[in-house]
Amino acid sequence: MDITKKIEQLKKDSLGVIHTQYFTFAEPPHPLQLKSGRSIGPVTIAYETYGKLNAAKSNAILVCHALSGDAHAAGISADDKTPGWWDGLIGPGKALDTHQYFVICSNVIGGCKGSTGPSSINPETGKPYALDFPMITIADMVEAQRHLIDFFGIEKLLCVIGGSMGGMQTLQWASAYPDRVLSAIPIATALKHSPQQIAFNEVIRQSIMADPAWRKGFYYEHGQPENGLAVARMIGHITFMSDQSMEEKFSRRLKNDNLSFEFTDDFEVEGYLRYRGYNFVKRFDANSYLYITKALDYFDLSGAHFIPDVKITSVRFLIISFKTDWLYPSYQSQEIVRVLKRKHAFTTYFDLISTYGHDAFLIEIDDESRLIKNFLANLHQP
Amino acid sequence: MKPDHQIITDIIHEGAHVLDLGCGNGELLSLLRRHKKALVQGIELDEEQMHTCVENGLTVLQGDIESGLADYPDQSFDYVILNQIMQEIKKADYVIQESLRLGHKVIVGFPNFAHLSARWTLFFSGKTPINEALPYYWFETPNIRFLTISDFIDYCKKKNIHIEQRYYLGKKGRISFLPNLFAQNAIFVLTK
Repeated sequence: MDITKKIEQLKKDSLGVIHTQYFTFAEPPHPLQLKSGRSIGPVTIAYETYGKLNAAKSNAILVCHALSGDAHAAGISADDKTPGWWDGLIGPGKALDTHQYFVICSNVIGGCKGSTGPSSINPETGKPYALDFPMITIADMVEAQRHLIDFFGIEKLLCVIGGSMGGMQTLQWASAYPDRVLSAIPIATALKHSPQQIAFNEVIRQSIMADPAWRKGFYYEHGQPENGLAVARMIGHITFMSDQSMEEKFSRRLKNDNLSFEFTDDFEVEGYLRYRGYNFVKRFDANSYLYITKALDYFDLSGAHFIPDVKITSVRFLIISFKTDWLYPSYQSQEIVRVLKRKHAFTTYFDLISTYGHDAFLIEIDDESRLIKNFLANLHQP
Repeated sequence: MKPDHQIITDIIHEGAHVLDLGCGNGELLSLLRRHKKALVQGIELDEEQMHTCVENGLTVLQGDIESGLADYPDQSFDYVILNQIMQEIKKADYVIQESLRLGHKVIVGFPNFAHLSARWTLFFSGKTPINEALPYYWFETPNIRFLTISDFIDYCKKKNIHIEQRYYLGKKGRISFLPNLFAQNAIFVLTK
């Protein structure tokens, strides 16, 4: 299908063209206080909305994105004509049905897709923040989203949902604001990063910082540390797939018919990683990658940190993991279930079958949709 | 309503917190929620059955029965239900003991292997009994153990488990005469 036809098809079952919007808060003298003890302001959040907020403001669903995601979750971007990253799940008649629900997705702070982050202009210097940008945590991201939700005048979200880092924000919402969340759907995520997850992120960060073009973070006048960021993303992509999905997608197929006996990308898998890596450089800021991976590593809602001071939680949870996800293995979702059992929460948990590994939460839409749709449809039940 | 579901629905009080181990498609839990306004949680392994539960608005955890119980605090539920699942559980004693820890009361329902028709088949044809309560051939049955009403009562005595109520179901409803011979199914309400 050529690109114009594809866009036509998408238009039919999709939301059509969507414009990203911007909300600015924390103007001086009231900056946003951060977990690190530092503060930042003003803060801009890029966001998109789909569907209509009802009069009671009771049909709002907040969608939280993953590491390299953005506010463009559904419909076709007015800027670059691309479909949203969760377009299969959000739209008319879909799991997050925009006929029924008002869906909000915002870019995290620390990111580079319109929200304030290290590549934004520091009002004090008139130059990009670079490493003068304060360290951001998942809790800080949620705090910024909370300002956006307040701006809409929404007292209680019908649901907060997200996969991977989006799942962490979902857990953070339920934990920090249990009275403002009716239900939570954390997918393919964890209450805390394991040493293995931190280790992968450290290798990712080191590959960026080892690139001389990184210039200790102050590279904006010279251009991105492209090689380092590309390698960082290649590492990421390996962890998003599964052994099985790589076998199915590439096997040992060669790009050309013969081995080159040179250090070139002989195998399709190599070509794929290079392609993904170098494409990423065009759309993502290297410093944002550093800040956000650090936020992931700092995240820890394990033990008593999760919904503290609450013995019995009324937030309704749907927790989903995928059997071949080895980046956020099922046992980490089961740990969330375990904590919720102790909180006397009535919980639904599915360990879905998929070959796609961690990527499944973006790809394995059918089972996911069915569950989410039915879960949301029954929220009015006791 | 199935006779065993009717009995269990009658046992459970209004607004009770109920855990159903091996809840299947959630048929019983839906009844308890509708008729008794019970707050219900199911545990099930089969994904398709779980989808049906979620379609009906039930909360259900995917997992095997044995491994998920230890996480619940003591007395988390008013009732823990083990209906038509005893014969499929590997660690039956552990599951019953754990259920007694996390529920005020435990309801156990199982097919009686000593029912007259089963004895008849075994004695005269020398074949594994197949009847309404035990409808499987040996090579396709999910059942890994066969127990009788007398076995179960002996077990409770040995383990000092109090049998609060007992219900015996024959072909045409509740019976009380020689249950180990005439009951196809039994339902016990247990407390510590």
